[in-house]
Amino acid sequence: MAKLILNRVSKAFGSGKPAVNDLSLTVREGGFLALLGPSGCGKTTVLRMIAGFEQPTDGSILLGERVLADAGEMIPPESRNMAMVFQSYALWPHMSVADNVGYPLKVRGISGERRQKKIGEALAAVRLENFADRRPADLSGGQRQRVALARCLVTEPDVVLLDEPLANLDRHLRQEMEETFREFHARSGATMIYVTHDQGEAMALATDVAVMSEGRLLQVASPEEIYARPEGRLVGALVGQGAILSLPSLAGDNRRLDWSGLQLLFDPAETNTAHADILVRPQDIAVAGGGIEARVVSVLFEGERYALRLVLPDGQMLRAFSRDPVKAGDVLPIVIRSAWRL
Amino acid sequence: MTRSGNPGNSQPRWLFPFVVTVVFFLSVLPLGRLAATGLASAFEGGAAKLLSDPALWRSVYDTLVTSFLGMIAAVILGGGFALLLTLFDIRAKALLGFLFMLPMMIPPQVTALSWIGMTGPSSALLKALGLAPPLGSPQPLYSIGGIALLFGVQHAPLVYLSLRAGLLALPRDAVEAARLSGASSRRVLIDIILPLSLPGLVAGAAIAFVSGVGNFGIPAILGIPASIYTLPVLIYSKFASFGPGTFGDVSLISALIAIISIIGLSVESRVLKGRDYRVIGLSGQVAVFRLGGWRVFAEALLWLVILLILVMPLTALVASSLAPAYGVPLSAKTVTIHAYEEILFRQSVTRTAFSNSIFLSVSTAFGLLAVTVLTGYFLVRTKSRLAGLITALAEIPYALPGIVLAVAFILLFAAPIPILRISIYGTIWIILIAYFSSFFAVSLKPVVSAFRQLDPSLEEAARLSGAGFGRRLADILVPLVAPAAGASVILVFLIACNELTISALLWSAGTQTLGVAIYNLDDSGSFNLASALSVLVVVMVVAMMIALELMAKRLPKGVVPWRS
Repeated sequence: MAKLILNRVSKAFGSGKPAVNDLSLTVREGGFLALLGPSGCGKTTVLRMIAGFEQPTDGSILLGERVLADAGEMIPPESRNMAMVFQSYALWPHMSVADNVGYPLKVRGISGERRQKKIGEALAAVRLENFADRRPADLSGGQRQRVALARCLVTEPDVVLLDEPLANLDRHLRQEMEETFREFHARSGATMIYVTHDQGEAMALATDVAVMSEGRLLQVASPEEIYARPEGRLVGALVGQGAILSLPSLAGDNRRLDWSGLQLLFDPAETNTAHADILVRPQDIAVAGGGIEARVVSVLFEGERYALRLVLPDGQMLRAFSRDPVKAGDVLPIVIRSAWRL
Repeated sequence: MTRSGNPGNSQPRWLFPFVVTVVFFLSVLPLGRLAATGLASAFEGGAAKLLSDPALWRSVYDTLVTSFLGMIAAVILGGGFALLLTLFDIRAKALLGFLFMLPMMIPPQVTALSWIGMTGPSSALLKALGLAPPLGSPQPLYSIGGIALLFGVQHAPLVYLSLRAGLLALPRDAVEAARLSGASSRRVLIDIILPLSLPGLVAGAAIAFVSGVGNFGIPAILGIPASIYTLPVLIYSKFASFGPGTFGDVSLISALIAIISIIGLSVESRVLKGRDYRVIGLSGQVAVFRLGGWRVFAEALLWLVILLILVMPLTALVASSLAPAYGVPLSAKTVTIHAYEEILFRQSVTRTAFSNSIFLSVSTAFGLLAVTVLTGYFLVRTKSRLAGLITALAEIPYALPGIVLAVAFILLFAAPIPILRISIYGTIWIILIAYFSSFFAVSLKPVVSAFRQLDPSLEEAARLSGAGFGRRLADILVPLVAPAAGASVILVFLIACNELTISALLWSAGTQTLGVAIYNLDDSGSFNLASALSVLVVVMVVAMMIALELMAKRLPKGVVPWRS
C-alpha cells in the first residue's frame, strides 16, 4: 500500500466545460477521505478515474510510485487491486451472497477451503454469516450494502472506493452503516475514498474532507479544521450550519474575530466600503445585553432547543439557537461571540 | 498487467473490428452486390427490355393492388382487435390476443393451404359437412381478392401490435384530465385517444403493406393457378426458367421490390419518429372503458373473427391431412393417418426437410446468438457515433423482403468464392449464411434490450474484482442476459423453421427446408401430405409460442413480439 496521488487531473467529456478541472490531491496511506460536494460537482468522476472507469484527459494518477493513469495510458480497473461499493450496491442477482463476496477470489484463482475461509471472515465482519446462501434479492437494503462491503473486504484491496453508499438507505440504517464503515476502516487499514453530498456523513466518517465545486477542489483538511477554518464562501456555506454576513473589512490579517472586533463593524459610522464575508455559526450567537438588535423571523422547536432565524437591522439573515422560547416578531439583543472571516 | 489505448472503456480492442466485419459480411456485402448487378444491368440495356415488358408492369400492378387491399383488411382486423382489446373491458383478453397473433407466426404457405382446405369444391371440411360447392366451380381464393384477404389475415397482427403499443403508451392522465374536464367516454375516445393513436395505426398499416409486397408463400400458392404473378413470384418464376439475362432481370425486380419496401418503411419511421415506447413509465395502465350492454356483442364478434381466421382454416387443414386423398370426403370411415405416416416414415424428402430445417434453425439461432451477444454489448456500451449506422445496417436485411435478400446471396455466391475457390451455391451453407443475414436483427433485438436494462455497475464491480472481458462475459454478462438470449434463440428458431421465401430460391436437391417441402408437395398435387406436414409445423409453432409466453415475465419489455 502507498499513498494515492492525483496530480493536476482534468477530465472533459466532449467539448463542454470540463467535469474535473486541474485537481491535485494526495490521500495518505490508510486515510479515509471524504469527497464532498453538491451533485454535479465532479466528485463521482474523480472516483471513477481513480477506479479506472474513466481516463483523465490531463494530469496523472499515481499509487505510490506506480502510475495508474495519465492522458496517454492507463491500467485497466481489473488490474488495480481496488474495490468499490456502488450506490446501487451492484450485487450480481444470479449469484448467492457467498458467491458475490467470493467472486474476486475466484477471479484470482483462489479456491477450496482458503476461499471458503476468507468468505466466512468477510461475512462475519459485516455480521452476515447466516446469509451466505441467500440471494441478494432476498436481502434488505442495509444487508445488501453490507454484502457489497464484504466483497470489498475479501481481497485486501489497496484502495476502497465508496460512491454515495448511504444514499439509498433510510436514516436509521445510515447511522448503523456509518458505524460499520468506521469499523471496517479501523480493521482493514485500507485507504478509503468516500463520495458524498452529505456533509454530516463526511464529517462523521472521514479523517480528511475534500470539498469540490464545479470540477475544482476547494479545500482539503481534517473535519475539525474544515469546520473551524473553512476557505471561501462555498466551503463555508457547505460545511456545518451558519450564516454568511457581508460586513466592512477589518484591518489586519486576523481571521478569527470576537465581539470586541465585530462590534465595530456594526457601527453605522464605519465608512470602509470594502466588504468581507464573515461566517457566523448559530452556537456562537448569544442573547445578551449590549448587543445589536435582531428581529426573530421564524422559530423552529427542535426538542433540545429552538432554532431561530434572525434578521439584522440592515436586512442580513442570521441563524441562532435559544434555550428559551421566543416568538416570531420579538426583537432580541444579540452578541456574536466568535466569527470566521472567509 | 495489460495496457492498451483506452482500457477505461470496458470493450476489448478486437470488439469493434469484429462487429464491423460481421455487419459488413451480413449486410453491406450482399446488398452492395445486388445493387452493383442491378446498376450494371441497367447500364447494359437489359433494363430497357425488362422495363418494356408488359408482364412486369402487370406484376407491379398485381403486387400493389394485393398489398394495398391486404393492408386495408389488416387495418380493419388488426385495428379493431387492438382498439377493443386495449381500451375496453373485454374478458379473456390475453387469450384472445395470443390467438389473434398466431396467424403472424404461421408460415404463409400454410395459411394459404389451410384456407384452400376451407373453401372451394374439394374442401375436405366442407364435404364432411355436406356444404361443398359442386365440382368444377372455381376456388374463390385463386384471385386478387383471395390473396389480399390472406395478406390481411397474416399481417393483421402487425397492425394490432403497432396500434396497441401506441395505445398503451397513451398517458393515462391525459384521459383522466379530459374526464375531469367533463368529457364523456365517447368524447374522450373520439377527441383524445383516436387522434393520439393514429401514428401507431399508420405505422402498422405501412408495415402490413411492406409485408404484403414481400410475401411469397401466399401469392405463390394462390396466384400461380390464376396466373397472378406478384413481384416475388415473378422472381421465382424467372429462376425456374433460367436464362442468360436472369441475373440482371431478377436484380432489377429485387431493386423494384426494395424501393417499394423502402418507401413503405420510411413512411413508418417518419410516423414513429421521436416515439420511444420504452421510456413510457405508465404504459400498460391505459384507462379501460366500460362497454356495458355492448360487451357481450363485442366479445361475440371477436370470437367469431378468431373462429373465421384461425379455427376454421386450421380445422380444414387438419381435415385435409386426415383425408385419404385430395377431394375425397372425410368421414368416420375414410379418416386415415396415412399422410402422417407417409411424411414421417416413408418419404425421404420430408425427412430430409425436417433435418435440414432443424439443422438450419438450430445453427442460425445459436450461431447468431454468439454474434449478437458481442454486437449487442458493443452497441449498448460504445460511445461511438457509428453505433446508429451499425444498428441500421444490421436491421436492413430483415426489413427487406426475404426474396430480395435471397437474390443478393445468389448473386454473391453464384461464382466460387475468390481466393478460397469454394462454391457454396446449391449447398446448405448458402441458406445458412442468408439466414444469418436475414435473422440478425431478430436475434439482436432481445439481447440489446437486455443489455440496455443491465446496470453498468454490475459489470464495473466485476472489473474491480479483477475479471477481464472473457471472464466478465462468462460469469456476469451472459448469465444476466440469459432469459433474453433464450428468447432470441426460440424466436430465431421459430422464424427460421417456418421460412420459405429465402430457401425457395436457394434450395436444391437435398437441401430443401420444411417450407420448401410443403410448397413442393402442394405443387405436385399431394395436398393431403402438404396439409399433414403443415399441421406438424403449426403444432411446433404453437408449442414454441407457448414456451415464449411462459418465459415472458422474466424478459425485458418488447422481446416477445406479440406482447406489448
